[in-house]
Amino acid sequence: MSKSVRFLIPLIIFGALVILLVIGLGKDPSKVPSPLIGKQVPVFSLPELTDPGRTVSNKDLKGQISLVNVWASWCGSCRQEHQALMALSKETDFQVVGLNWKDAAQDALAVLRMTGNPYAMVGYDPDNKVGLHWGVYGAPETFVVDQAGIIRYKHIGPIDRKVWEETLQPLVAQLKAEGA
Amino acid sequence: MSCMIKSLLLGALLLLGSGSVSAYTLEEFQFDSPEQQTEFRELIAKLRCLVCQNESLAGSQAELAQDLRNEVYRMMRAGQSQDEILDFLVERYGDFVLYDPPLKPSTYLLWFGPFVLIGIAGFVVARTILSKKRAADEPISAAEQERLQALLDNSPDSPSSGPRPT
Repeated sequence: MSKSVRFLIPLIIFGALVILLVIGLGKDPSKVPSPLIGKQVPVFSLPELTDPGRTVSNKDLKGQISLVNVWASWCGSCRQEHQALMALSKETDFQVVGLNWKDAAQDALAVLRMTGNPYAMVGYDPDNKVGLHWGVYGAPETFVVDQAGIIRYKHIGPIDRKVWEETLQPLVAQLKAEGA
Repeated sequence: MSCMIKSLLLGALLLLGSGSVSAYTLEEFQFDSPEQQTEFRELIAKLRCLVCQNESLAGSQAELAQDLRNEVYRMMRAGQSQDEILDFLVERYGDFVLYDPPLKPSTYLLWFGPFVLIGIAGFVVARTILSKKRAADEPISAAEQERLQALLDNSPDSPSSGPRPT
């Protein structure tokens, strides 16, 4: 090996290390990938928040695309994404299903009364009984479930225009095409 | 002035907050035997709290950690083994919930990477030392010997070893 190339080796290693570390810096360690992607939604059955006589179950997530949104009245970022969800609830390609997580029914209902209800139905899970099976570890989280009831994507954090346009909307369009 | 008000407000908030937080203790969990309690402690020390990621379930006061502790406790009381409980949580939260990452293809680099690096470093060091040694052992040629002698003879204060005055 000639001398000039040999002197470049540490530089190349250093460059590779810098690239690796920069990629590492850009990642958010609080976003833990879900092992549930590609699997059927967990079997569950919960009372509906606004109408406790009804139930919300895994069967409600079959036959159409669903965005399952985990939220709570105590969660500030959930309020942030509420308007986005209100807009999404008008779309007809999918249903928005709420999972009210570790919350008190009256607080949750107050939020829906004041800011509108974007959900086709809301499962009421005050004790994290169902959230645990979905691997929920914070709010808001949003799962994209396809027509067959398989979890295809998990978004951690609030949905905003950027997340919708760059990630969720293309995915919903793809799922729709798959189902058609 | 406004700064003082702010810090007073902050102090008041902190006081209020500290009153409403109920710290968890292991006393709330009842066990049949000390062995079972030890097992429970071992198990929650192996699991990571996903909210405060540098804490185990044993050490975390986060609400989610409390939920998971309750679930681990419930499963243990229901007679499930440690492995069953760990598998249950990994299925839902991923390997990240374990402090000790499992050995599988996606973690080979993590487990063996350091040894590979040490191996490479050792190889490079050994090669460098060996090549230096070989160079030193090589006898010098007659021409080189002559030149060396000439240099030694010309030096004014040989065989001194100190810095030469200029």
